[in-house]
Amino acid sequence: MRAADLTTALLLMAGGIVALWDSLRLGIGWGTDGPRSGFFPFWLAVILLLCCAAIVIQAIRKRDRRPFVTRAAVGPVLKVLVPATVFVVLIQVVGLYVASTLYMAVYMRWIGRHSWLAVVLVSVGFPVATFLVFETWFLVPMPKGPLEVWLGY
Amino acid sequence: MGFANLLLGFQVALQPYNLFLAVIGIALGTIIGVLPGLGGANGVAILLPLTFSMPPTSAIILLTSLYWGALFGGAITSVLFNIPGEPWSVATTFDGFPMAQRGESGQALTAAFTSSFVGALFAVILITLFAPLLAEVALKFGPPEFFSIQLLTFSSFIGLGGGNPIKSLVSILIGFILAVVGLDIVTGALRLTFGVTELMKGFDFIVAVIGLFGIGEILLTMEEGLSFRGTAATINPRVVWETWKILPRYYRTFIRSAFIGFWMGFKPGGATPASFMSYAFAKRFSKHPERFGKGEIEGVVAPETAAHAAGGASLLPMITLGIPGSPTAAVMLGGLIIWGLQPGPMLFKEKPEFVWGLIASMYTGNVIGVLMVLAFGRSSRRSCASRSRSSRR
Repeated sequence: MRAADLTTALLLMAGGIVALWDSLRLGIGWGTDGPRSGFFPFWLAVILLLCCAAIVIQAIRKRDRRPFVTRAAVGPVLKVLVPATVFVVLIQVVGLYVASTLYMAVYMRWIGRHSWLAVVLVSVGFPVATFLVFETWFLVPMPKGPLEVWLGY
Repeated sequence: MGFANLLLGFQVALQPYNLFLAVIGIALGTIIGVLPGLGGANGVAILLPLTFSMPPTSAIILLTSLYWGALFGGAITSVLFNIPGEPWSVATTFDGFPMAQRGESGQALTAAFTSSFVGALFAVILITLFAPLLAEVALKFGPPEFFSIQLLTFSSFIGLGGGNPIKSLVSILIGFILAVVGLDIVTGALRLTFGVTELMKGFDFIVAVIGLFGIGEILLTMEEGLSFRGTAATINPRVVWETWKILPRYYRTFIRSAFIGFWMGFKPGGATPASFMSYAFAKRFSKHPERFGKGEIEGVVAPETAAHAAGGASLLPMITLGIPGSPTAAVMLGGLIIWGLQPGPMLFKEKPEFVWGLIASMYTGNVIGVLMVLAFGRSSRRSCASRSRSSRR
């Protein structure tokens, strides 16, 4: 618990410093027509940094030895988190539709252990259906990759 | 005046399309409530994008119905599986599950659904009476009053959040900082975008909601690695009738729990503390406190009445003041803004058909809801058993 608290607090502090830095660029004072753009984010960042510092101090003092997650629980969480992360990265490379085909196929087969027939039907059918709905019916452009270009979209 | 408005609302809520949406919403909500890890707030967040093409009144009816369904559904798993589908049904497991183990699951479920209905009805009647008055007062509000309300809201998030108050404050600050990103509407300066064009529009509300309530909750469910071992439910008209004959005996519990629920739900903090508090009070005032925890029907009645009264009450500050009384109300509030409505007291003046349609749909939604769950109590057990298998993968 302690390590998790410290890590989160430090990460948030880094975020706070980023916000602080940008608000200094925008100006944190009072302009001719009221507070300048950096005023609000500056004070948010300052309070965030103070709170994170307080969490760090609490975590060091408390010595909470309870684990943040148990080893047994990490596995299932990663099984969801890792494919989902890869999916998001893949969208940038091959487009939404191919990426969702791959994601659903891997997930259904590897974790769901569904039959190959179900895997193929769902993982191909669902993206094709969404493609038809969004691209041809609603005309909403979604991230596309080489396959869609090759098909002429 | 209020009565005429309510009639107008019923005309909206009883349109076939809106009734159909209410049925769909309750069915989906019940399923979502039965699934642990998916709560009312998640369900509403996931369905929110689907409502963009609907008229706002129909959209809010769908979402509130989903919310009622989730409240009903939470009771099913608590009684049958000893797994609360929602945090506010934790207290229902204390006596609901022992009753189910004794083979009285039908009675427990009937009691749970009926008290949910009574609690919600009580809250809706109070909303009908007080919402216009509250909105009338709120119309006189200026910037100082709105500032105080917001301050009160955020303070109560910290005070009632449970856990570490500093962490609650940090969460609020993260939200504020995310909201700051993008074009400053006052000065036109770009804040915290660092030259990334995608960030110019800022973070979309939907993105935040799906990320927090959708993905976060799914990961939590995976971590807790739930498995199901349930008892069978038998709801038939005879059991329902028998239970209904007993329930009026507990009228004191009903009234007390409804008041506790309404009072707790009206403030941000919500249904969960209300259900626990109401359970504790029921035990305290009972003639047989020793029976609690071993399958006392009053122990099901108290938390369920309070949870539903709180669930209804949490919508009161949303429609009158534009501040959320619960996470689900917060998500709905985001929906209101996306549909192009300005939440707050002006809604009563500008969009009476929306506000009164919403209020009337709370009546229809609950009547439909209690009938549906009583009629399908049996099949819902079967479907949630099969769903549990697929969600365990």
